[in-house]
Amino acid sequence: MNVSVQDKLFLDRFKVDEASHLRIIDNKKCIKECKDQACLYLCPANVYRVEKDYITVNYEGCLECGSCRIGCARLNIEWRFPKGGYGISHKFG
Amino acid sequence: MKESFDVAIVGAGPAGISAAYILAGAGKKVIVLERGEHPGSKNVSGGVLYGYDLAQIIPDYFEKGCPIERNIIESRIWYLSKESGLSLGYRDRIFDSERRYNAFTISRAKFDRWYADQARRRGALIVPSTVVTDLLRDGNGVVTGVVTQREDGDVRAKVTLLADGINSPLAARSGFRPEPKPEQVALAVKEVINLPPEVINERFGIAEGQGVTIEILGQVTEGMDGVAFIYTNRSSISLGIGGNLADFATLKLKPYELIETFKQHPMVAPLISGGKSMEYIAHWLPEGGYDAVPKVYGDGYLIAGDSAMLFNTLHREGNNLAMASGKMAAETILEAFKLGDYSENCLRSYRDKLDRSFVMQDLKKYRRLGSFLYNRKEIFTQLPELVSFGAREIITVNGVSKKSKERAILDKIRKGMSIPAIIRLMWEAWRATR
Repeated sequence: MNVSVQDKLFLDRFKVDEASHLRIIDNKKCIKECKDQACLYLCPANVYRVEKDYITVNYEGCLECGSCRIGCARLNIEWRFPKGGYGISHKFG
Repeated sequence: MKESFDVAIVGAGPAGISAAYILAGAGKKVIVLERGEHPGSKNVSGGVLYGYDLAQIIPDYFEKGCPIERNIIESRIWYLSKESGLSLGYRDRIFDSERRYNAFTISRAKFDRWYADQARRRGALIVPSTVVTDLLRDGNGVVTGVVTQREDGDVRAKVTLLADGINSPLAARSGFRPEPKPEQVALAVKEVINLPPEVINERFGIAEGQGVTIEILGQVTEGMDGVAFIYTNRSSISLGIGGNLADFATLKLKPYELIETFKQHPMVAPLISGGKSMEYIAHWLPEGGYDAVPKVYGDGYLIAGDSAMLFNTLHREGNNLAMASGKMAAETILEAFKLGDYSENCLRSYRDKLDRSFVMQDLKKYRRLGSFLYNRKEIFTQLPELVSFGAREIITVNGVSKKSKERAILDKIRKGMSIPAIIRLMWEAWRATR
């Protein structure tokens, strides 16, 4: 099924910080050592995408669930909350 | 912030606010730190709240303007295969009269904001847009407050209550609760779909202000140990689906595809037809159960709500456990103030209170449920298929005798799962919930 997660994220209200609150610690590991690349699947906002030979972090649409942090088999993601008041702000919740 | 407080609370959700309301009411100097721009702006639940535990804290919540979406008068359970499903429901007039507000739907963005306002009116200081990044400790490891992202952001307090929810980098960093393992949480995604109130009333067979909940198991989670739900709000429907995080990774499922497929199921699509999705959000559910509950007290601190993994998967109870635990934490803190002792020794009675209450008793009762569902994937794969086959055959009138139909069903079951396997499954299910 081809679902556009972008269309879903457009529904949400974000206050985007200039700096990312998510960081892949060692991107080489992701490409060379990680077969599963669970982050590409389990992130509900498709924050992690493969581009050529590395994984990009599109933190702007992060829903702040934390799944990538503990779902990464190599614990290769540094995860903080966005700065106070930034990130997603639920309209209904 | 150089000021010091009696109690610092991390997180303005149901656990933190319940405690703040009670503590501020007892004259304590309370600060609540919330990372969202207002309380509720980061919070998610399916959307059902139970009136009982709220009334234990604010008996006249209705008169105080609690933002209720719809009062639940009917609860349905669905067991779905790919294209079909079994439905069971219970509706009772009593839930519209004497037991009104046993359960009702809420918007967390509105409810949590209202709830925090009640605590504020009693004197609690609620500080939004503030992330707590660490705990302050003295030389002996006693927690003496919190560190925030703000400049000069240390907040000193005699007792700190951690009520920052299931996803807590603070917990992992400070070591008061280990990071959950993927199989200890479920990842759920939720959409809120706008529909006119009259359309909702008609589709669910209800009158104004009345609501229906539907809990859903089966093949909709595509083989994962998981659940889906549909709840009616005043002029929208909350629809969500989730599965064990470890299963998401193993089966390589994408949450946004899962929810889209779910919305197209023949039992779901007609209920939301013509509706416009207005929000898409995601959150974890603590699924570790009784054995995942960490040490909930220590020198100078307590842990409540989702943060302490207090969640009852089977009965979709979480908000109320958060409120009940927040209340017990507040009562423990008040005892500590009377004795002037904020050590682990004194705060330990919080765990005793939890143990004596329905909170821990329920979690204990369902202690084995999590691993049962996680290890018995046939509940989400073959079994719904077999149930549907049986129902379909019995209902179809086509000149085949009932006896031959029964034989065909039994044959199918034998080929699919074997009778002893089904008996074992039922035995384990009973054991997991007794």
